[in-house]
Formats: sequence, structure tokens, C-alpha cells
Amino acid sequence: MSNDNNNFGKWSRRDMLRGLAGIPVLGTVWYAGASATINAKKERKQLLETLNINATAPPSTGPMAGTPIRLGIIGFGIRGEQLCRALGFATTKWLKDMKEASDNNPNDSRLKDFLAQENLNIKISAVCDIFDFNAQRVIDSFSTDDTKVKRFLTYKELINSKEVDAIVIATPDHWHAPISIEAINAGVHVYVEKPMTHNVSETYALRDAVLANPKVVLQLGHQHRQTQSFLTAQDIIAKKVLGHVSLITTNTNRNDDNGAWQYEIHPDASPKTIDWNQFIGNAPMEEFNLEHFFRWRKWWAYGSGLSGDLLSHDYDRLNCVLKMGIPDSVMTSGGIYTHRDGRNVPDVMQVNMEYKDFTTGSSQQDGKEKGMTFVYSATLGNQFDRPTYLMGHDGTMELGNSVTVYADARSTKYAELIKEKRIDPSEPIYLYNPSLNKTDAVTSATAKYFANKGLLYTYRDGKRVDPTFLHMREWLSCIRNGGTPSCSIKEGFEEAISSHMAGLSYKIGRRIEWDQETQKIIAKPGEDLDAILVANKEKVIV
Amino acid sequence: MEEHKYSSGQLYALIALRLLVGWHFLYEGIVKLYNPTWTAKGYLLSASIMKPFFGWLASGTISSVVDVLNIGALVIVGVSLLIGLKTKWASIIGIGLLALYYLAHPAFPGLPQGPSEGSYWIVNKNLIEIAALWVVMLFPTAWAFGLENLLAKNKTEVSN
Repeated sequence: MSNDNNNFGKWSRRDMLRGLAGIPVLGTVWYAGASATINAKKERKQLLETLNINATAPPSTGPMAGTPIRLGIIGFGIRGEQLCRALGFATTKWLKDMKEASDNNPNDSRLKDFLAQENLNIKISAVCDIFDFNAQRVIDSFSTDDTKVKRFLTYKELINSKEVDAIVIATPDHWHAPISIEAINAGVHVYVEKPMTHNVSETYALRDAVLANPKVVLQLGHQHRQTQSFLTAQDIIAKKVLGHVSLITTNTNRNDDNGAWQYEIHPDASPKTIDWNQFIGNAPMEEFNLEHFFRWRKWWAYGSGLSGDLLSHDYDRLNCVLKMGIPDSVMTSGGIYTHRDGRNVPDVMQVNMEYKDFTTGSSQQDGKEKGMTFVYSATLGNQFDRPTYLMGHDGTMELGNSVTVYADARSTKYAELIKEKRIDPSEPIYLYNPSLNKTDAVTSATAKYFANKGLLYTYRDGKRVDPTFLHMREWLSCIRNGGTPSCSIKEGFEEAISSHMAGLSYKIGRRIEWDQETQKIIAKPGEDLDAILVANKEKVIV
Repeated sequence: MEEHKYSSGQLYALIALRLLVGWHFLYEGIVKLYNPTWTAKGYLLSASIMKPFFGWLASGTISSVVDVLNIGALVIVGVSLLIGLKTKWASIIGIGLLALYYLAHPAFPGLPQGPSEGSYWIVNKNLIEIAALWVVMLFPTAWAFGLENLLAKNKTEVSN
């Protein structure tokens, strides 16, 4: 002790100053950093509590245990192959290509992600593809020691063979409903690609079939319903964060031949290897034509152009968030401006859907706000990324793989907070980025930069997953454990009718209206809407 | 403690440099320390070179260890430079940390610039701070301003 005293005694005031002066600086910097961070955190917490947005993941779908489900694949083209991968079945060629890709680039994790996917406990037992090459690929790649994939030459034989419990339909659009209806009436579960149907009347017929067979599970292929950001967006709407949404803008931007449905024509394709009559089905008979067979999306007779192929996706993305249903009226314009190659579906299309009574809730006086327009704008001649915006009186939501919400400078709901400078309308008040697995009320330029960097996938429990896999899993879980999938007949009916209204407006060139009471599209006397919609020409002058 | 022969102007300039860098490190560390949602994951995942290495640092449980080490290193370097204790070692740790920041997003021509507020070509602020720490390391000042000044005297007295 005396020694200590002695030592202290050796230090002059000057020594003490020179030795310890750094400590108050340390304390000041520490205090400044801690208090700034703690205050910012408190502000964020208060804001998040005010917004009350729930970004937790939904419960995962039921167990995949039990007897394996026997699946039949109808249509094994580009999408059919992707769907099979989501089910856990990749072709030998794809596996080889991906092995090479990951050997050349260790960051290419497609093969790794595929191999890490959960086993869905299914067997692919049957295939029907009217192009021999595609059918053979399924047999060669997916047959196992105990299950040899059996080829059926027609979908009816496959469905009624008693060798499948469920089917996956990835055919041209004009075959979606006939095959779905046949399967549902036979008690076979259906996963069908979008658009659900190709014309108006088969939309009702398919709905009738599903309602008459409640044990059969139908899932429509809008896999984004599994994307976590869309589930968070639903909660943002439910909590009235945006106020009354009066305008939605959503877009398609593509600028390459593949995006314009100019798919490859396979060298083995010929009248000998393709069942042409079966391809034509209910479409008007044509001479054998490889363009029509491989690039069927370019013709109204087999496909639905932008309205059925891509508007249907954007419509369902918003319908899953807002549940706005079928519009009161639709007006479409556009033309064939970028790919004048003989196609008859438009490549530039603008669709305005009106919802005159729709509201997401208002922060202003009763009766001031009501009604919404959904604008879909598409071009196949430019790929500048235009995000989807939901524009409300109190805020704007940018919706994609991440969700960003901005308060509106003239918002009623946030007026006080904006005045107190606790909300800056030029900065997001809420950012949800599933890839970073965190939420934040106020974000920096850096965080925004990362959010836009394409590090974005759908995540479950911190693991990157393919939304199509989750969508398939949900369907299989409903088959095994009961329940209704997230995109079943109600959602499919709304998607198909809304898409068809857009297509009809384009073809006829006038506003197409929906009668909410009779649940029918209003036709003029003598107008055959189905015939107009699928007529194999660009416009139909009535 | 070895005393160095600086002019008083040189000494004040060197002390100022040490304190400024320490201040910066400490503030960065404290802001992260009190913000539990902060993570370097985004910075590491968006690295423009040596992606496998930075990707590994950003992966799973390693990522949380990296975050703790990063915050710990920032605070230790900051405290050390401010109070003037073990400044040579702190400078070396600081240089290592800054070198990692620089390598994840180097200001090389042809690479995306990443999140930053200025314009840089090869030289950016991380590199300049590395040079500053290099000076701090080679020209110690803790003997004149810092705890080392006291401890050195203490030692001298005790050994006597």
C-alpha cells in the first residue's frame, strides 16, 4: 500500500495529464456512439411497433411420410423439365451440365441446391409427351430400379391407367383445361401451369369439375405465392400501412428472343416423332408446322400471349397480396412492334384493370377514397427493370423479392411523424429482405445497395429454396394431409377470367366489363367471346 | 519506454493522427456493438474479388464469429490508440482489419465501386487509413501521451 502511495507520488500532475488524458476522449466517443445507436434503435423500434408488420415465415407444410405418391408428367418441354427438378428429378444431361458448371465456377450452386432439396417421397411413374424425344428423356432419366417410367401416347390413357395418383400439366395453354378436367373427374390430383385455362367457358367447366370433386387437390402454378416477401406484403396491407391504394403498376420487360418465346426447334422434330393431331387438339387444323409446335406461345390458337403468359403472373402476385378479385372492367392496347415474325399475339401490351369499389382502408374521412386501377405494362423490346409499386395515400410499397415501404410526404397517417422529422419520406420506413434474414425500419444507402444486389432468394429457416419446390410441396402435402393449396380453384378462376378479359379487350378493341352479380363477362348480342379470344388472328373486329 | 526525438510540432501531429484514427475505430466499433442486428454479411457476400474466401467468412455460424471478432478488433484498436497502450500491436491489428475491408471491395479499375460516397481509383480511404496506421506504428507517441507514459514511470520506480 505504502509502495503504491510512493509510486503515485512519483507522478507529477503533468505526468497524470499526459498519461490519462486519452480516457475522457475514450469515454466521450464511447458515449456518443452508444447513445446515437441506442436512440436510433429506440426510434426504429417505435416505428416498427407503429407499423406492426409481421415478417415471420409461415409454418411449413405437412410431413411427406407414407406411401410414395405416383406422379404422371404431361408435357416435358422447357417448363415441364423445370417442374420435375422442383420435384427432385433432374435429367441426366442437366446433372452433367451442372456438374461442369460448378467445376468451372465454384460459386455456381445450382447443382448443390438441387441435391440439398428435401426428398418429397414421390415416384414418377408415367409420362405423356407427344414428341418422342421428350418422352424418352423422362423414361431414360427418371426410371429407377423399382419404377420404370411408362409412356402413354394420350393423356386420357395416362389419367385412366390407375398408375398415377396425381399429374403435372405443362402443355400448351389450350390443353390445360381439357386435361385438368379429365383428371379431376377421374379422381387424379392436378398441378397445372398458368394460365389455368385458354378460354372463358372452360374456366367455368374446370371450376365445376373441382367443386364436384372436393377430394381432388388442384394447384395452379403461381409459385411466387410461396415467396416470403409476398407473405410479408400481405401483412403490410392487412395492417393498413399504405392507406388507400389507388394505383398499382406492374410490368414485364424483356428484350431477347427467348423472352419473346422464340424457342429452339429440336433437330429430331418431324411428323414421325410428333403426334401433330394431338397437338392441334381443339385448335383449328393446320399443316404440320415446327414453328407452331415449338413456339406455340406466339399464336392465340394455342397460347395466350402476354395476357395469359405474363400478366397472369403479375395479376396473381397482386391478387395474393390484395385479394382484389376480378376487375369491374379491363381496357387493353398494344401491338406487334418488336417481333414482326408472323406471330399474332402482341409483344407490347398495356392493360388497365378498374376496381371501382376496392379499398385497402383509408386514413382520411369516410367516403373520400374508393377505387383502384391496376396497370400492367409490358414490352418484349426493352429490359429496363421497372419494379412493381403499390401506391397508397399513406405510403408506397415496392414489391419484389424484397419489400420496401416509403411513407408518402402528404400522408395523413404519418403526418405527425414526418413533421417531427422522425420519418423521412425519401428513405424507406420498412425494408424486408429475406436473404439478409432481418428486418429494419430505417435503412441506409448501403443496405439498399445490398438489397438491390441480387442476393435475393426465397428463404426458409435461413436456407435458400426454390419457390416452385415449396409450391409443389404444398400441393403434395394437401394430397397427403388434407387442406387447400394457396393457388387453387378460386384463385385460378380469378386469374383466368382476368387474363381473358385483358385478351378479349385487346382483340376486340373495347372495354370489357365483368358483371359481379351474374359472375359473367358481358358480351354484346351475338358475340362469341370464346371464339374471339382463341381466334388465330391478331384482332377481331366485331 | 524508449523516448523518441521529435520536434514538438512533429509530436503533436503524430499524437493527433493516432487519436483521430483511434476515434474513428472506436466509434465504428461502438455503433456496431450497440446494434445487435448489424452484420458484415452483406459486405462480405458482395465482395468483388476473392469471393470464395469472403463467402466462407459470411457463411452460417462463421458469420457471427466474424461479426464478434470485427467489433472486438475495432473497439480494442480504438481504445488502445485513444488511451495510448500497446499502440504498436493495435496498429498491426488495425492494418489487418482494414486490409480485409480493402480486399473485399478494392478500388480497382473495372470492379464495381460498391457502397461509398466518393470516387476512387486504386486508392480509397481504407488504404489511406492503412498508411496512417503504418505511421502510428512506426512513430510511437504513447510514451509522451498515454497510459504507457505512466506505466513506464511506474516500472522505473519499482525496479529502482
